[in-house]
Amino acid sequence: MRKDLILCGVGGQGTVLASRLISSAAMARGLPVHSAETIGMAQRGGSVFSHIRIGEGVYSPMNARGEADLIIGFEPAEAVRMLPFLKPDGRVVVSDRGVVPVTAALSGGDYRPEAMIEYLRDTVPNLTVVEAERALSEVGHPKVLNLILLGAALFDGSLGLSEEDLAGAVERLIPEKLRETNLRALRWAGL
Amino acid sequence: MHTEFLMGNEAIALGAVAAGVGLVCGYPGTPSTEVLETVAKHRPEQAWVEWSVNEKTAMEMAAGAACTGVRALVTMKQMGLNVASDPLMCVEYIGVRGGLVVLVADDPGPISSQTEQDTRSFAAFSKVPCFDPSDPQEAYEMIQKAFDLSEKYETPVFLRPTTRVSHAYASIQVRDPEEYRKGPAASFEKDSSRWVIFPRLSNRRHGEIEQRNALLSEVFSAEPANRIDREEGAFASSRRGVITGGISWTYAMEARRFLGPVRLMKVSTPFPFPEKRALEFLSGLEEVLCLEELDPYIERELKYLCGKRGLKIRVLGKETGHVPAAGENTRDSVLSAMAGFLEVSLPGPGELPAPPALPVRPPVLCAGCPHRASFYAVKQAMKGQETLFCGDIGCYTLGNAQPLDMVDTCLCMGAGLGIAQAVSHLEPGRSCFAFVGDSTFFASAVPGVINALYNQASFTLIVLDNSTTAMTGHQPHPGTGRTMMGQSVRPVSIEGVLRGVGLTTVETVDPLNLPLAVETVRRVAVLPGVKAVIFRSPCVALARPKGRVDIDASACVGCRKCIREIGCPALSFDGKAVRVDTAQCTGCGLCRQLCPAGAITGGEIHA
Ligand code: SF4
Ligand code: SF4
Repeated sequence: MRKDLILCGVGGQGTVLASRLISSAAMARGLPVHSAETIGMAQRGGSVFSHIRIGEGVYSPMNARGEADLIIGFEPAEAVRMLPFLKPDGRVVVSDRGVVPVTAALSGGDYRPEAMIEYLRDTVPNLTVVEAERALSEVGHPKVLNLILLGAALFDGSLGLSEEDLAGAVERLIPEKLRETNLRALRWAGL
Repeated sequence: MHTEFLMGNEAIALGAVAAGVGLVCGYPGTPSTEVLETVAKHRPEQAWVEWSVNEKTAMEMAAGAACTGVRALVTMKQMGLNVASDPLMCVEYIGVRGGLVVLVADDPGPISSQTEQDTRSFAAFSKVPCFDPSDPQEAYEMIQKAFDLSEKYETPVFLRPTTRVSHAYASIQVRDPEEYRKGPAASFEKDSSRWVIFPRLSNRRHGEIEQRNALLSEVFSAEPANRIDREEGAFASSRRGVITGGISWTYAMEARRFLGPVRLMKVSTPFPFPEKRALEFLSGLEEVLCLEELDPYIERELKYLCGKRGLKIRVLGKETGHVPAAGENTRDSVLSAMAGFLEVSLPGPGELPAPPALPVRPPVLCAGCPHRASFYAVKQAMKGQETLFCGDIGCYTLGNAQPLDMVDTCLCMGAGLGIAQAVSHLEPGRSCFAFVGDSTFFASAVPGVINALYNQASFTLIVLDNSTTAMTGHQPHPGTGRTMMGQSVRPVSIEGVLRGVGLTTVETVDPLNLPLAVETVRRVAVLPGVKAVIFRSPCVALARPKGRVDIDASACVGCRKCIREIGCPALSFDGKAVRVDTAQCTGCGLCRQLCPAGAITGGEIHA
C-alpha cells in the first residue's frame, strides 16, 4: 500500500498526536512510514501541518503538490491552504469549526470559516465535513477533535487503515485514563 | 537490529548512544534540541548529560572529555555555533583523543532562526570535517561513522542536519542495546606538549591539518554515502547531471522518478570535498545543476575543481541565477528546477479557482502567557515617554506583535543589553529597557550587566522569568533547580547574581498583578544607573491552568478594549460581545483587570 496524507490545522489543535497515531498504526502493519511536521515558533497559534507518507519507495518526508491522497483539515482555512497538495481525485476531511486568529479579532474579524467550507464544497468532489460542535458534544469532551477527524477519515475508507489498526495505536500511545474517551471519539463517525 | 519510528534528532541521539558516547552537552535551539533530550532519556550508565549554560561552555566541556579519551557529543543550532566558535577553532588545532562530534542543526528558510548561515562553509573555514545526512536512517549511521573518523584522525567532526532532516520521522533500523559499543573509561594523561596551545604547536599543527584534510578528501571519495546514481534510458547519452546533498537529495530522487534516470550525485561529506568522486561524476558531462540550500557550497567546489582541472563544464546553480539564492528547497522547487534544466515538460497542475482570502496566522504568545502581562505593564507605565524596548531571543520575541508592539530591537542572544546601554549613552533623554528571558539571562546576559554597571550606562533590565526555556520546549536551566542527570539542586538566583555584581535596585513582581507591576516599573524606570525588575510567573504551558474567566455578554459593552490592548488569543468578538474560548483561557485574569464595564469575572486574583 502507498498513501500520502497531510494533516493541517492551527498550533495546539492536536495534529501531532493524530499523525503519531496514523504512523504507529501503519508501522504495526509492517509498512514503512516517513513523516514531517511543524516544530518551533509556529506551534504558538500559527498554521501547522504534518505530512505522512506510508509505504515502500519513499525518499522524502514531504509531499509535493498534487500528490496527497487525503488531507485532514482541523480547521477550514488550513484545509484550503493545503489544497494545492491534494491529488485531483483525493479526499478532504475537514472540521467546520474555524479558529479566528487574534489578528482578525483585532481588525474587526473579517475571517468567515463558512466561506472556506463553501469553497471546499465547490472545488473538492470527495469531501467529508465534520460538524465539530455536534461531534464534540456527543462525545462529551472538548479536546478530542483530532480523534473525531481521524475516525471520519477511517470510516469513509480514505485512510486505508482499519479500526483495529487505529485502536491498537490508541492503546500504545494514549495514557490509560484518556483511552476510553479517545476511542469513543474515534468511533463517533462510525455510529 | 530492530525497527523504530524516530525523529531525525532522536535517531542521531540513539546513534551516539550506540557509538558509546560518554559526555553529551549543549544548549537548546530549534531545530537541534531533541538530540540531547533523547540522549538523556536513554542515558548509558557512565555517561554525563547536561544542558550547559551556553554553547561555548558546552564546547569546552566536550573538549575536556575528548582529552580524557571519552567520546563526546556537543549539540546546538547554527546560531549557537557562532557562540561556540572560539573553543572549536582551537580544539581543531590541538586535536582530540576520544571522538568529538559537533552536532549543528542548520535552518534553511530560515524557519526559526536569525540567519541562514551554512555550517558546511563553517566547516571549510574551521577545517573541521563535516557530514551532511539526508534522512533519519542516514543520520543514525553517520554519527557512528563520525565518531570513528574523529578518533582515527584526532579531529572534531561536524554532523550537520537541516530542519527537515532533524524533524523528519521515519521507521528506521537501529541497533539493539547488546550491540552498542562500550566506551573506554576516562583517563587524562598529562602532556603539556599536546594540551597547551602555543604558537609553535599551532604552526606545526596547521601544516598537519592541511595534509590530513587532503588525505580525507581521498578517504571521502571512497565513502559510499557520496553516491552516484547513473544515467539510463532516455538520459543514457545525456551530457547533463545533477548534484545535491542533504534533504534536497531526497527531493531530487523523487523528481528523478518523474523525469527519468538522470545522472545524480549526492555530497554527504561536503568538507573535505570528495574531489575524486566528484570528478567521476563530472566525467563526460557538459552541464551540471547544483541543488542545495543556504550557501552555493557545492557549486563553488565544482567551479574550483573545474578550474583546477581545466574542465569545460557549465556549473549552474544559485550563483548563475538558475535557482533562488535564499530560502528552503521544496519537492516542487526541485522538481521544476530539474525539469527546466533537463528540458522535460511537466503536466501543469490542475488550476484551482482562487480561494477566499486566507487568514494570516502569525505565531502569538499563548493565552495566559505571563510575558503578555509583563509587556503590557511596561507599556502602561511608560505611556507618553521617549522609550526604547530592546527584545531578545525566546517566546518573548513574540511581544513584537500587535497590539503589544513592545519589541523595538532583536539581534542575538543577550544583545538587547548591549543595544540598550549604547543608546543610553548616546541619547540620555530616552528611557531604555532591555527584556531578557531567564534562560537567556544565564546564557549570555550576565557580562552585559557587568559591562553596563561598570561603564555607567543607565537602563532598566526586565528579566522575564517563567522558570523554563519555553520556546525550545521547556528545558531546565540554572534557575530551575533541575538537571538533565535527574538531580534536584539549589537553583542559581537571578536576584543573587544581580545583587552580587553590584546592582542595588532589584525588584521581583508578579506581572499578573497589573497595578503593582505598573507601579513598580514607573518607580524603577526613573532611577539612575542600571536597575532590574524581575517579572516572575510560570510559563502556562507548564503550570496547570487555575480555571478560566467568564464574560457576561449582557454587561459587555463591546468596546473590545480587552482585545485591542492585550490581544489574548482566547478572546474574540462575535459582533456584539466579546467571547472567551474556554479551551484556551487559563484564567490569568489580565483581561478582567482591563475591562471598564466589569463584564469579565472569575479567573485568578493576583494581589
Ligand atoms: S483570563 Fe483573559 S487574558 Fe487571561 S487567558 Fe483568559 S482570556 Fe486570556
Ligand atoms: S510557551 Fe510559555 S512562555 Fe512561551 S508563549 Fe506560551 S506561555 Fe508564554
